[in-house]
Amino acid sequence: MNFLVVDHVSHTYFTEKAAVTALENVSLEIEKGEFVSFLGPSGCGKTTLLSIIAALIQPTKGSVILEGEKVHSIHPSVGYMLQQDYLFPWKTIEENILLGLTIMGMNSNEAKQRALDLLSRIGLKGVETYYPNQLSGGMRQRAALVRTLATDPKILLLDEPFSALDYQTKLKLEELVWKTLKEYKKTALLVTHDIGEAIAMSDRIFLFSAKPGRLVRTFIVPKELRNLSPFHSRNHTTFSELFQFIWKELDSLEANE
Amino acid sequence: MKQTNNQIQVLHEQYVIRLKQEKRWVRFFQLLIFVAFFSLWEIASRNHWIDPLLFSSPSTIWKLFVQKIADGSLVSHTGITLGETIIGFMLATFAGTFFAALLWWFPRLSKIVDPYLVILNAMPKVALGPIFIVALGPGFTSIIAMGTIISLIITTIVVYTSFKEVDPNYIKVLKTFGASRFQCFKEAVLPSSFPTIISTLKVNVGLSWVGVVVGEFLVSKQGLGYMIIYGFQVFNFTLVLLSLLVIAFLATIMYQIVGWIERKLIKNR
Repeated sequence: MNFLVVDHVSHTYFTEKAAVTALENVSLEIEKGEFVSFLGPSGCGKTTLLSIIAALIQPTKGSVILEGEKVHSIHPSVGYMLQQDYLFPWKTIEENILLGLTIMGMNSNEAKQRALDLLSRIGLKGVETYYPNQLSGGMRQRAALVRTLATDPKILLLDEPFSALDYQTKLKLEELVWKTLKEYKKTALLVTHDIGEAIAMSDRIFLFSAKPGRLVRTFIVPKELRNLSPFHSRNHTTFSELFQFIWKELDSLEANE
Repeated sequence: MKQTNNQIQVLHEQYVIRLKQEKRWVRFFQLLIFVAFFSLWEIASRNHWIDPLLFSSPSTIWKLFVQKIADGSLVSHTGITLGETIIGFMLATFAGTFFAALLWWFPRLSKIVDPYLVILNAMPKVALGPIFIVALGPGFTSIIAMGTIISLIITTIVVYTSFKEVDPNYIKVLKTFGASRFQCFKEAVLPSSFPTIISTLKVNVGLSWVGVVVGEFLVSKQGLGYMIIYGFQVFNFTLVLLSLLVIAFLATIMYQIVGWIERKLIKNR
């Protein structure tokens, strides 16, 4: 059985002046433990689809099914990471990473300990009492990852989490996130407009067109890349081939507009 | 290498010294203005450049101050006014924040009452004084009501605006964890508005003094406002100026306390 099914989802935003269709008839399926990417130009409804999967918004049409159950309201099995870390500046790192657990009322000592262990494993040992503004951008985004993983979600939704970082930090963090998610066998869904990032990190890539957002193609990342970490994957010969291929596809999408 | 390190250390020391000197100069001029103002006042009054009956002089005010301290009346009047001001100020801040929270909680309510809030804010609140005195009686309660109402509406408006302007992504983070509306308010909306609440506190310190003093004018029983209106009626402007100086002194201290709360509360941003 499929882990996550997006079944004929359409979504339209209403404003006083117009009705804008952000997504049109999107259907896709994701397996357990898979890492997939939503790739496309801005305005293709990637983030809308992510919000629908997280049940932050209800689709106008269609439904999302997670482990055989229709997604209605916000559920703890989904973890969401945003473009920026959005750590709460008035909370210490420890308070920040335990935020999800506190909100959900799961703040048992074991859960807390697990979150703190995760923090040190991710290379942030000893910053528990610091405030976010004392950390660098990369460290903050790592802390945000811990916050998301602390509640032990079954699926992670990553909404361009690396886009606000400088290139070097971004590469390091891609590596770290990829390894961490593989280690904990998490299913993950990455939204990005960076072709390289999509290829390096994912098993499958869903290509979206803009206005209205439609799923146009699915690329399966070749096996030799899938098993490599993002950094090594970028150096593989197949990487640039696939990059060129997707590049042309995106280009022709824009030309058709 | 050692050479350059030493040089840098020397430069740094020089920089710190310059900073200290700058600070000292600022203090010096502040003090100079203070001393010059009171000396000039005293001299001008003694030489009748200004009318001593109207403008009094620091030395006469000081004599009156000592006398009023001795008979205990200044302390009791000041205590009453200070108490009323602090209560009015706290009530306005807490009630204003509470109303702002209500408006945030019920968006439709905020849309409905928006024009009324604007009108209420524009209205001169001190004009409500006579109504308070009749309705609540000529005493403590009316004066506190004056001290409160004068800053209540503006607090509500300013704090509500800051509630609305909270970065929605913080709320999104909380919602992905399944946070309730109350949790969103407690974890994101309220703490991120602390800087705004503090800055309204600073405005409210001044406003509450105005409200309370006007209230005491009207009630005319006790307090510094009463001393001012009494001094005016018996043409004792030394008394008026003494009350004013006491108010200025106390307002400064309250302002410092708010500044201290500010540093405690928002040290991490």
